[in-house]
Amino acid sequence: MNTIKDRAADIAAAAKHEGKTVYNPEAAKPKNETPRLELQKESPKLVTLEEAIRKSGLKDGMTISFHHHFRAGDKVVNMVVDKLAEMGFKNLHVAASSLQDVHEPLINHIKNGVVTKISTSGLRGPLANEISKGLMEEPVVFRSHGGRGSAIANGDLHIDVAFLGASSSDPLGNACGYSRSENAKSICGSLGYALPDAQYADKVVILTDDLVAYPNTPNSISEHNVDYVVEVDSVGDSSKISSGAIRDSKNPRDILLAQNAAKVIINSGYFNDGFSIQTGTGGASLAAVKFIRQEMIDRGIKASFALGGITAHMVKMHEEGLIERLIDVQSFDKVAAESIKTDPMHKEVSANEYASADEPGSAVHYLDIVILSALEADVNFNVNVLVGSDGIIRGAIGGHPDTAADSALSIIVCPLLRGRIPCIVDEVTTLITPGSTVDVIVTEYGTAVNPRRPELAERLKKAGVKVVDIKTLRDKAKSIIGEPAALPFGDKTVGVVMNRDGSVMDVIKNIKG
Amino acid sequence: MQRLRRTMMFVPGNNPAMMADAHIYGPDSIMLDLEDAVTMTEKDAARMLVYNALKSVDYGDTEMVVRINPLNTPYGKKDVEAMVKAGVDVIRMPKTETAEEVREVEREIEKVEKEIGCLGRTKIMAAIESALGVVNAYDIATASPRMMGIALGAEDYSANLKTQRSDSGEELRLARETIIVAARAAGIDAFDTVYSNLNDMDAFRREVEYIKTLGFDGKSIINPRQIEVVNEVFAPTQKAIDKALAILAAIKEAEKKGSGVIAVNGKMVDRPVVIRAQRTIDLAIASGILKEEDI
Repeated sequence: MNTIKDRAADIAAAAKHEGKTVYNPEAAKPKNETPRLELQKESPKLVTLEEAIRKSGLKDGMTISFHHHFRAGDKVVNMVVDKLAEMGFKNLHVAASSLQDVHEPLINHIKNGVVTKISTSGLRGPLANEISKGLMEEPVVFRSHGGRGSAIANGDLHIDVAFLGASSSDPLGNACGYSRSENAKSICGSLGYALPDAQYADKVVILTDDLVAYPNTPNSISEHNVDYVVEVDSVGDSSKISSGAIRDSKNPRDILLAQNAAKVIINSGYFNDGFSIQTGTGGASLAAVKFIRQEMIDRGIKASFALGGITAHMVKMHEEGLIERLIDVQSFDKVAAESIKTDPMHKEVSANEYASADEPGSAVHYLDIVILSALEADVNFNVNVLVGSDGIIRGAIGGHPDTAADSALSIIVCPLLRGRIPCIVDEVTTLITPGSTVDVIVTEYGTAVNPRRPELAERLKKAGVKVVDIKTLRDKAKSIIGEPAALPFGDKTVGVVMNRDGSVMDVIKNIKG
Repeated sequence: MQRLRRTMMFVPGNNPAMMADAHIYGPDSIMLDLEDAVTMTEKDAARMLVYNALKSVDYGDTEMVVRINPLNTPYGKKDVEAMVKAGVDVIRMPKTETAEEVREVEREIEKVEKEIGCLGRTKIMAAIESALGVVNAYDIATASPRMMGIALGAEDYSANLKTQRSDSGEELRLARETIIVAARAAGIDAFDTVYSNLNDMDAFRREVEYIKTLGFDGKSIINPRQIEVVNEVFAPTQKAIDKALAILAAIKEAEKKGSGVIAVNGKMVDRPVVIRAQRTIDLAIASGILKEEDI
């Protein structure tokens, strides 16, 4: 029994036992001797956009998905939907993590029946305008970032084909929101909102404007999850990932709001060594960070992590040693995008790891303080960040309800008045973040603390914060501006707002005129 | 508690948005301007706006001042009439050179106050913006019992002197000191001129420190961002507060015993010391260092 020939009968018996055939050397594929750098270029995953669409098995009525990490500079949505229209697809469901002004061309695709359903976190510009007025038969489904992650994971939002832009990818699909090559054309930093799509979509197509040699590691998206790689001229204009150069606000009202917010944070009881924080990108939010930074230096306090949309301000404080780690689901400017490329303490997370209600390990569960903005807040502390006081959709849910619900202290910074628009009202136009999850509302006329948190109100009063009843703020706004006329909403439902737990929380009606 | 006037914030009388929420930044006084900030073609509109702002905006306990146009213009008398009717706290006269000008404004105010039945309610302050005004500073300061303060207007003054503004403020020295002395002699407040470079907050702070040392009660400001700096400079030190508290406590103790002579740490305490101690405490409360219930 010393030769393989001697063991032939046993091999056949073993094969039979395993239900397999016996190995046949004659039938084995010949060895490919091409140098491997050349072989990469023949990767079976490397195809044109049209081929990728055909091979993906996409059919009319299916769901396609996109991320919005290039924000106003995104080129992928328009490129792909144009191609799908050209190929004759109809009745598609666009499930984007958010949609922006730049996606105006979708209006025509909706009119032509190419796109008949939209799911998103936000909607702005001409597309939002048209949809608010009743452009679509099917209402747009709005989810928070954490809610979208959960819905993709649990099957509520099933994605057939994901089209994901990446600033670099190798021919196998190892992809990043930045590139380490000399030919880098774009950068968006974290690909956090694309990660659930990559993980759960039936088919995943990476579009990249910098095809680099294998292996493109460390990578955000693994080749394991990628079916096709398409090389394109450009996936996005990186100069538009931040809505403007981030600078210190000199607007006195922003500064006053920021001072008030900082005072709340510093005296909240949560401003201790090792605390964690998330802030937005608004003028007041950024200015508040400046005051908090100074107080951290004065008291010798360090934060364990900063979460969320990461900005240059946060990167600076991290580099100064004031914030130990950055947890980044979305890079809000180029400085943050560059930092995630080079700094291992600057961690990229998926929407689920960031804010899913279903994941015990999602970062929002371990968040002490979040500073958030609002279009409107009402006397029950409910907040609206999606629909303007004119009834037109003009915002994004983002991580607002996720962070408010799971943080230890949620602070809404909101002016009492924007021009002649009152921002503290009897009832918000659209319910996005429930008042039961909101702790403090900071305005330029005083700070309201949710009656749910009497101990917090007491601490703030003691520290000299001007704590007022939320109804006093509403009355103040009314006394200055008067009672606004009711909005001319129609009977058609144009939007459905999902709670992060998957339940339906509110609907948006069409606006007339 | 005597009214503190550390900051008097200038707000253009033709800007409704700024007028609507000027008080949220916490200036001690707000000066709504009908004069230099408003062009000839907008004088009437601005007067109506300021009138309505005073009538409808709840400025809380902020002292409301309106800078009127001079009486020798077609707008001055109308300004006085509208502002007194709106219930303004203080009429600020621009470019005041003589005591007679103050009395003229006083007569106009009285006329309106009599008509609406609130005689004596409106106070006057005068801005001194010329060499003649500086020479007459004491006469101006004492021209009417309604006078609550005099202020330096440095731009016109330095032009009148045939010089220009410098970083050191050398050219304003005599005017500043004269105004202080005149105001103190008259028992009214003294306000320093504006500092208009918002990009150099350090230089602004130095100027505020300087005019505080000279004895000014406060500074005219043009932006809410300047308020914090002025308040910080005017905030008393903990040492001064402790001393003031000790003095006030000694007075209370002496009053209880019916003793006329008061001594703290072996030193006799006389009236100016008591007045200074009270002002220190007022400033400490206004700066948020001390709470009223702590006293």
